[in-house]
Amino acid sequence: MSSTAETIQKKTEATNGANVSLWLRQISAILRLELKKNFFGKRSLLVYLLAMMPIGLLIMVETINPLGRETAQLPTVFSIFYNSLILRTVVFFGCAWIFMNLFRGEIVDRSLHYYFLSSVRREVLVTGKYVSGLLTSVILFSTVTVVCMLIVFFSHFYSSSTRFFFDGPGFSQLFWYVAITILACVGYGAFFLVVGLFVRNPIIPALMLYGWEWINFLLPPLLKKISVIHYLNSLVPVPVSEGPFAVVAEPTPAWISIPGLLIVTALVLILAGTRIHRMEIRYGSD
Amino acid sequence: MTPPITQSTSTTASFLAPTAERPTIASSSPDKMIVFEDVSKFYGEVLGVNRVSLQIAPGITSLVGPNGSGKTTLMNLMTGLLRPTRGSIRVLGLSPNDSEAIFQELGYCSQFDSFPRGATAREFIEFYLRVHGHRKQETRELAQQALERVSMVEAADRKISAFSKGMRQRIRLAQSIAHNPSVLVLDEPLNGLDPMVRAETIALFKQLAADGLHLIISSHILHEVDMMSDRVVLLNNGYVVAEGEIQGVRDDMDIEHPVQVLIRCNRPAALAAQMFGKTEVIEARLHDDRQGLFVKTRNPDQFYLSLNEVVAQGEISVESIAPVDDDLSAVYDYLIGAQ
Repeated sequence: MSSTAETIQKKTEATNGANVSLWLRQISAILRLELKKNFFGKRSLLVYLLAMMPIGLLIMVETINPLGRETAQLPTVFSIFYNSLILRTVVFFGCAWIFMNLFRGEIVDRSLHYYFLSSVRREVLVTGKYVSGLLTSVILFSTVTVVCMLIVFFSHFYSSSTRFFFDGPGFSQLFWYVAITILACVGYGAFFLVVGLFVRNPIIPALMLYGWEWINFLLPPLLKKISVIHYLNSLVPVPVSEGPFAVVAEPTPAWISIPGLLIVTALVLILAGTRIHRMEIRYGSD
Repeated sequence: MTPPITQSTSTTASFLAPTAERPTIASSSPDKMIVFEDVSKFYGEVLGVNRVSLQIAPGITSLVGPNGSGKTTLMNLMTGLLRPTRGSIRVLGLSPNDSEAIFQELGYCSQFDSFPRGATAREFIEFYLRVHGHRKQETRELAQQALERVSMVEAADRKISAFSKGMRQRIRLAQSIAHNPSVLVLDEPLNGLDPMVRAETIALFKQLAADGLHLIISSHILHEVDMMSDRVVLLNNGYVVAEGEIQGVRDDMDIEHPVQVLIRCNRPAALAAQMFGKTEVIEARLHDDRQGLFVKTRNPDQFYLSLNEVVAQGEISVESIAPVDDDLSAVYDYLIGAQ
């Protein structure tokens, strides 16, 4: 072997032990820039508007006509609100926007090549970007979940809601709603990250998945399992009826749904790693 | 008065300079070179480059050719931004696909004029050094060195969005050299630079080449390429039409395009009459101003000997002798311009 290649190999060997430390440093550097872009970049405005939507809507409704007439109704009221608006709309489209733009946005801005021209494994890049998207979406949408639940409970029934949280199942329910939000960000995030890598116009697959998730209650039990929402619904602390036409399926237990979702996410991220490893920079054709 | 033949002689010597003393492609080992082996790249049905085989040694190598000839494609291939449809590429023995290893040794200043929004020049350079894996203190020092090298220290803490095209170009250059690579790939690096900075940048390139780096530069400005390059690769329509040292490429074209020399002297007509008799002279033509003579020859060595003999007779006083078509511009015109 010649001297240059040998030197590089030695360099690599020398750093092999410190590879994890190097990758962590690189991920941290990627996180720093990506979080800045996610929270303060030109594309963040849409996510903020989306996140503010349920809060604004709740404040408006609670001011005009409170959602529940008594404390006992509030868990169901919030469950319906969470399921239909926060989870299926805000978290879904919020994740779509954040994660698709991690790579697609850079292609549009013609800045992805700077990463590709750095001495960083592309798999490390995928990890850094995914974690940045995850942190952004979890911070935003968990906050939305908590704030919305507090508004629903505390806007009119302060003393009974206090009892519900401190002496009843309130905190446990809040924990599960936040956990579902985080899992939704994990699952949808991985899906949309890959979509952003494979598809030039990711809106179409996003809408297709949106439709699939919405008709999930009509699907036969086997098909229900090929979705993110089925596993998340299984975790909802206050189940709500899906209507007279819903096909009833046994909810998947948490010990299956949570690791299952994480395993599928890991597989999807491996697919993203494979894809980005072969990716070319051809901004003109993108 | 005796004509200033010294200068002419030196021009002649340069024209005939042997190439053996320079580092030649064949003398370097493959792992110190950038090697293209039968590389083709197609964009769908559109040809990018076809059947390119090259071995590029340290020093400055310029890629020259019209728009769409394949210069940027070659650069993107050697930096792994594109994958060859066929063939293989090794840069210092490394595959461009191994981004972690290759970008410890390679820096690429591309033509993409885009930057992270809101970043200052220093932040931009430091950020990508951190992505390389450098620690904080090291990052600061390397960024400062890079900024100094491109004379951008004063503007380093201003936002890039407020920069002129030339300043953005220098910041991209700084970013590509910040991690001290051994191979530097520069796509039109002199674009947008004012003459002063252009001269400084060329001096920097020469310094880097003297330090043993590979510099692969694409440019449209032939006289600058001529001035700074050790070798050229001429591309047209995705094919390499010629490669090597500029003089070597020119010499190879002697049969089709004989060397043309302009001799300034006091009696060009008399000189023409004498030169016509020489077998190595193909054509002798008076200059329009009647103060000089163009001579075409396929045997420059013999021609210069014959000219010395004529001058030694003392009847003709020669002011200067200069080859008129041994530069890159002429080579380019002969090989590509005519197509």
